[in-house]
Amino acid sequence: GCDGGEDTHRLHYENILIKCLLSKSLQDELNRQILEGLLHFIKRCCSGPRHTAGPWEARMRASEIPTAALVLGVNVPDHDMTFQSLCELLQQSVTPHVACLQAKECGALKSLMRKVLERLVGSAAEDEEEGDTHPHPKGAHCTLATLCEWRHTYLEAFNPRVLQDFILICSRYVEQLPLILVFGIATSPSTIQQVLPHSVSSLLCIELFQSLSCTQHLSTVMDKLILTHYFPFKPNAKVLQVLVSIFLYHDFSVRNFIKGLKLALLEHYLNQPLSVLCCEKKEEVELNTTQLSHRGLESVRQLASFRRYVEQQQPQEQVALLTSDQHMKETCKKLLKDLYKYHKNYYPVLRCLHALTCSLPRVPLGKQIRELHITCLEGNVWEREEYRSAMQLLRMLAKEELLRQLRGCQDILKLCRSTKMRASLERLQELLDQFERLDEAKPETAANEGMTSPAKSMEKKTDLFQLQKTLLEMKETRRTKKLSGFEILRNEALDFIDALVRSHLVPPETQPLHEVCYYSSSALLRRHLNATPRTSIQTALSSPYHYLQNDALLTEDGGVSNAAPDLCIVHKLHLECGRLINLYDWLEAYATVVSAAEGKDPESEEYGKVDELKHARFIQAVSELQFLGFIKSTKQKTDHVARLTWGGC
Amino acid sequence: MTASLQHPGYDPERLLCVAEKMPCRVSQAGTLLSLMGEPAQYSYPSIFLYGHRSTGKSHVINTLLMDLELPHATVSCVECVSVGLMFERVLLALFGPDTSTLLPRSPSLSDFVRIYRQQAPLSPANQTRYIVIEKAELLRDMDSNLLPVLVRLQELVDDNVTVILLSEIVWDRFRPNTGCFEPLILYFPDYSKGDLQQILSQDIHPSYSPELYSAFINILLGVFYSVCRDLRELRHLVRTQHAQTPAGSGSDTNLKESDTHKLWRNIEPHLKKAMQTVYLRDVSSECSDVVFLSSGLSAHAHVELPYYSKFLLIAAYLASYNPARTDRRFFLKHHGKIKKTNFLKKHEKTSNHLLGPKPFPLDRLLAIFYSVVDSRVAPSASVFSQISSLVTLQLLTQLGHDDQLDAPKYKCAVALDFIRAISRTVNFDIVKYLYDFL
Repeated sequence: GCDGGEDTHRLHYENILIKCLLSKSLQDELNRQILEGLLHFIKRCCSGPRHTAGPWEARMRASEIPTAALVLGVNVPDHDMTFQSLCELLQQSVTPHVACLQAKECGALKSLMRKVLERLVGSAAEDEEEGDTHPHPKGAHCTLATLCEWRHTYLEAFNPRVLQDFILICSRYVEQLPLILVFGIATSPSTIQQVLPHSVSSLLCIELFQSLSCTQHLSTVMDKLILTHYFPFKPNAKVLQVLVSIFLYHDFSVRNFIKGLKLALLEHYLNQPLSVLCCEKKEEVELNTTQLSHRGLESVRQLASFRRYVEQQQPQEQVALLTSDQHMKETCKKLLKDLYKYHKNYYPVLRCLHALTCSLPRVPLGKQIRELHITCLEGNVWEREEYRSAMQLLRMLAKEELLRQLRGCQDILKLCRSTKMRASLERLQELLDQFERLDEAKPETAANEGMTSPAKSMEKKTDLFQLQKTLLEMKETRRTKKLSGFEILRNEALDFIDALVRSHLVPPETQPLHEVCYYSSSALLRRHLNATPRTSIQTALSSPYHYLQNDALLTEDGGVSNAAPDLCIVHKLHLECGRLINLYDWLEAYATVVSAAEGKDPESEEYGKVDELKHARFIQAVSELQFLGFIKSTKQKTDHVARLTWGGC
Repeated sequence: MTASLQHPGYDPERLLCVAEKMPCRVSQAGTLLSLMGEPAQYSYPSIFLYGHRSTGKSHVINTLLMDLELPHATVSCVECVSVGLMFERVLLALFGPDTSTLLPRSPSLSDFVRIYRQQAPLSPANQTRYIVIEKAELLRDMDSNLLPVLVRLQELVDDNVTVILLSEIVWDRFRPNTGCFEPLILYFPDYSKGDLQQILSQDIHPSYSPELYSAFINILLGVFYSVCRDLRELRHLVRTQHAQTPAGSGSDTNLKESDTHKLWRNIEPHLKKAMQTVYLRDVSSECSDVVFLSSGLSAHAHVELPYYSKFLLIAAYLASYNPARTDRRFFLKHHGKIKKTNFLKKHEKTSNHLLGPKPFPLDRLLAIFYSVVDSRVAPSASVFSQISSLVTLQLLTQLGHDDQLDAPKYKCAVALDFIRAISRTVNFDIVKYLYDFL
């Protein structure tokens, strides 16, 4: 921690964590539409005549169980939360009788029924008047109380047999009891047909609800948490890359993504002493800077970005910075303010650039704003080939298209309050006005229509190859050709955008004191979030020093020393064998190695002899190896075990 | 079907009322009644009713027993997870709630008989008692002595009781090896086209005149009768198709009643479409204002999967449909020249896709996975957990025991179309790697 300010430090951490937790309400927000639809459906089903379409409809469907099928996608970890909030919502607004079932709880019909009854009757105990309960007389068996809100998180995991029987039972009672089922479906709705035979599915009157796709979900979370200057904690490019790739490659779970972000946050506040300066409000930053102790300032002086900053200063300024704590504090305040301003300008410009480029053919700068963001964090975006080709494509846009996108930028900039963005907005406004005025002046430009025709023909082409070809032609003709008014203006507008990008989308590493806000240990995060148990076991077995840190285990060639634990020795020896391992040979080899470790004389008779102790140690090591999944017993050959891994030494 | 229901011992007016409730099943009900005899007479110990789904078995028997107010107990075998539950239900319905508490925990058949014998004289009935057992085919999976006992329960409990078994399959499939008492067998035939017409016409929609509605039903039956005779499914069709008719959609209400041609023209295209999805129960958002999905149930909506899950699934598919010997050819860079004809064994000439997926060990799956995925992937825990999620999503099936340590085997459970769609999203040309398409 950074002297004295432990408490404030923790406070900031908690503050930001709360922000992070708000993401739960964010998710609720996202789910709101679907939840409301569902609620509407359920309310309609409960209220008297079941269908608005009239008594005829109601009579025709009397024997069907109203069912909602909730298509949620495969990001199962997130579903709990959705169901939880649905449960709460229903309990508040419709009925206390809600039973939520997990597939794993319901192996057999009996346990399923018990769970349902427990959950329904548990809450129905006080509400007798509602439940026309049929007493099933034994134990807690009261039959289905009023509204059975029923949820199969994730239909696929259910034993189909159990589910069928359950639905049949429900259908026997549906005329007496209002029952509604809600199925959660992970893959596609057609699984209902795969899981349930027609005789059963015909008892259901299914309505489908589709939740937002998880990638959309992620985009919203990113938008609210990361792509905003309100949230002072920033993951750097690599960290973000790790988090996003875990999401996209592995689990599609927004919840895990936020967990990862929280972990990064925790690590940052724990290990970076200067994180005390990473707060939300400007005043807090100032206060904390003033309270920095000498030690704190020393650690600021050691920051790479700060040293770079110092080197750029005049000699006497350099001395002042390195010697005077007071001067140092003032400079820090100024630099932090600059960093804050940098963020304030960075995000709007990022959004503008994304708005301009996201609909270009082949989207050179990425379809999602997070891709663009990562690119910008990595380095100067304007030096990249993709940026250049995007700019070239932009310089060929037709007027309507260009104007539409520039207006989009205008809308984005309108939301900003920083002075620089204000100025940019004005300039953009000016440009847009000029474009408008161009329309009025059109008759004049009609005269040189012949010259602009190649440009016009190009506007229609969307194919990249064709574009490039015409572009080359254009380049040749351009020298000779006079530019039309629109083209001049277009170039002007794009030069303006380019200038914005160059001045505001510089990577954060160039900013002094960026270490305060940016968390960069992606390797650590990866290790924590994307565990590789197999690699770890492999490392532990082949180089025990890595974990035990015992100098006796060090060997020059990196192999396993004789003094290593039995398990490592046995593992090392087993690598030298084929698919089937003779246990006796293995034991002999082990005994030899262990004897050497005990320092016995190779000439002596005792050397390499198997005594009881060694035998027992060997057996234990072998069974441990079996437990780890490296070998298994086999019936193919007596006194042999089978290897389960490939590769030798 | 003008035959009326008549039997001595029952109130004729009530019988008339009952008969009205079961159109086209009066003759079966008549047979049943004559089997049951007058209320006070002893009846045959057991009756076995069978016939296809929705041919009115439960409806007829329940209506008879309810409306004629005969003492009875109805249980469904699906509900009875244990025999005890069934006994409880029967005793409860016949002798009141107190009796069922007399049963010991996990009661045996003899407990049931004992208590029945105890209770029967206490509440002597001068009418036959009936025990109706629905979905009787499940009795075969219960205790082996249950069925033989039930069919001659009358003898055992020494009471005027008749057990009525309802099932969709024939009695021959019930008869235990040791043989047993033969119940009287009564078959419920499928409804004929005329019957269906009559039954469906009863659910008349208020905005129709009877003639028009009947014409509508007639058209519908004309189209669907050849493929679907299930009353319940037809009802569903009537309901969905009704929404398409002018009266249903409320657009053109001045349709002339005799104008069946116009009616036909109006609904024909919809009927054609519905023909594709009979029995599939397209999920309808018809009554919902918030429409979330247009594709519906039958459309194979694409499944969103994480990137590596897709490759795992592709690898699983390849492992399932390629012979293991050919892996060298597909996944090694320098595999030498192996021509299809040379290394084909005779039995392998049949398409693997006709034979269905073959099981493969986890090792092979991972080996193929690492070779098809374009980047270097660390064997992290989440890669392994994705395999088990694929199993729970039923895209893969795990074979044999659940012991993860003991080299588990899997099968890929998705179709070629599906995997092609998946591989297209990751720019992987799966056909190039499939032995069958070489």
